[in-house]
Amino acid sequence: MSNRLIDLVNISKSFGSNLILDDMNLYIRENEFLTLLGPSGCGKTTTLRIIGGFESPDHGKVMFNGTDITSLPPNKRQVNTVFQKYALFTHMTIAENIAFGLKIKNKSNAYIQDKVKYALKLVNLDGYGSRMPDSLSGGQQQRIAIARAIVNEPKVLLLDEPLGALDLKLRQDMQYELIRLKNELGITFVYVTHDQEEALTMSDTIVVMNQGYIQQIGTPEMIYNEPENAFVADFIGDSNILPSTMIRDELVKILDVNFACIDKNFGENKPVDVVIRPEDVELLAPDKTQLNGEVTHLIFKGVHYEMEVVANGFTWLVHSTKLFPVGTKISIYVSPENIQIMHKPVSVDEEAVSIDE
Amino acid sequence: MNKKWLSFPYILWAAGFIIIPLAMVFYYGFTDRDGIFTMENILAILSPEHRKALFLALVLSFFSTLICILLAYPLSMILAKMGNARNSFLVLIFILPMWMNFLLRTLAWQTLLEKNGVINSILHFLHLPGIAIINTPAAIILGMVYNFLPFMVLPIYNALLKIDPNVINAARDLGANGLQTFIKVTLPLSMPGVISGITMVFVPALTTFVISTLLGGSKILLIGNVIEQEFTQSGNWNLGSGLSVVLMIFIVISIIFSTLSDKDGEGTAI
Repeated sequence: MSNRLIDLVNISKSFGSNLILDDMNLYIRENEFLTLLGPSGCGKTTTLRIIGGFESPDHGKVMFNGTDITSLPPNKRQVNTVFQKYALFTHMTIAENIAFGLKIKNKSNAYIQDKVKYALKLVNLDGYGSRMPDSLSGGQQQRIAIARAIVNEPKVLLLDEPLGALDLKLRQDMQYELIRLKNELGITFVYVTHDQEEALTMSDTIVVMNQGYIQQIGTPEMIYNEPENAFVADFIGDSNILPSTMIRDELVKILDVNFACIDKNFGENKPVDVVIRPEDVELLAPDKTQLNGEVTHLIFKGVHYEMEVVANGFTWLVHSTKLFPVGTKISIYVSPENIQIMHKPVSVDEEAVSIDE
Repeated sequence: MNKKWLSFPYILWAAGFIIIPLAMVFYYGFTDRDGIFTMENILAILSPEHRKALFLALVLSFFSTLICILLAYPLSMILAKMGNARNSFLVLIFILPMWMNFLLRTLAWQTLLEKNGVINSILHFLHLPGIAIINTPAAIILGMVYNFLPFMVLPIYNALLKIDPNVINAARDLGANGLQTFIKVTLPLSMPGVISGITMVFVPALTTFVISTLLGGSKILLIGNVIEQEFTQSGNWNLGSGLSVVLMIFIVISIIFSTLSDKDGEGTAI
């Protein structure tokens, strides 16, 4: 996991007057599971299509293993793609679908047969070779699409929301399947999704995107625990985002109440955004802290209760395994390490973090 | 909510103008003037002049269909590749002639191609040798292609439009170049449209008598002309019906051929 395999340098792309990607820089390392995560229209699929060769950037270049491949057509690239909605060849059998790339490369029949058999086994669809794509379920078709791509032994597999059309249970099974495949093949996966849970489960690295800008790059833990801005915090999981003031190092004023925190170097009396995850909000008896409130909503979610607590005019989202009925007076405590301080957006590209829903 | 009665007017129509006439064609076809059963009218197709007319009709329809495919396929590809907003005008241009009366269109060609017609006048004016295309099989093929081309374009265009662009991308992704992608993916996936187009051009071309009368003069007789003459000039309804039944067999064969290769009914939309 050291070599930089793909380098996107200063990539810009517009469709008409619509700016999709603006001066994007990103590198992808060998053997990495990298996920491009963001809402629709954030540019994640366009990024993938630029790597695959289906779109060419207006500016910037795509480097692969040190060579410029910006103008190389898709059939000359050492990457293969698993498309959204599978894109299988419906006029061919499963075996013919998988063999397509190998036949184009004029491999011997024996080699092709071996490879097809191996690929079917790898995706747990042994013996399906003579069936037609239409006779398979969505999940099975998706696994064929993966098999069709990986028999060509690409250095990189590009996956464009491959699980989007599947139901929840199947999606979760396929996530583990993909992780297993990636480990068995030992190649780079670039995965596009708008599903934050999918991204957190599978990735080595997550790239959070919005409106053509990269918002944050990091491991799933970093992205979840230390979001760099309000957009990332809001997009990844539930969160309480509070406009606050950094009094000084390790002290922040949230809703007129001072909280101890562990962040430094934000300056003194600077406006900041604070993110607190719902599971990090602790509810205590009234007046145990200076922030008092009342439970206004309660929903049972299975693993935990989800509550809304109004305190100092802000509606807090709280997850707790302990039950506090509606109307209970409580006070709110957050331990210092669970308070995540974020800069307010200042520059143009950071404006993209504003959450317009 | 039983609304079956709504179909009654159509059933009446179908019975009066499709089923009964068809039954009468069969009745006349299998009887002689005295109403006695005979196979003579059917077997009359074997006589040299009828065989020749049927053969010529098959040959001319075959070439018209072939030319229609060669013209329509690239055109449909261009149309399908353009965005919806831009191509709707072009599609309109191709459908526009279909709104005009079929006879008028063919008559227009007659005027254009005649010995002293518009084209030859222009050629004469430019001191170029004139063309003698009117009253030849070539003129008939021209008329067929002109009249039936839209029926080839639309099903192919529809079939191409239905192909998921990502399927094409997938072929490119797996290493196929443009030509390989076309031969192995685009063409097979658009075959339902091509086949539906073949039926829609071949059948009317095979049975036409107007185009051959107007552009072929009285010299070139297609099977359609022979049948028409039996009804209108010779007054031999029995022979006319018998030959019609034979022609129907060819039509049914081509329709079966198209339904078999287009199980999903994908290409038939127009």
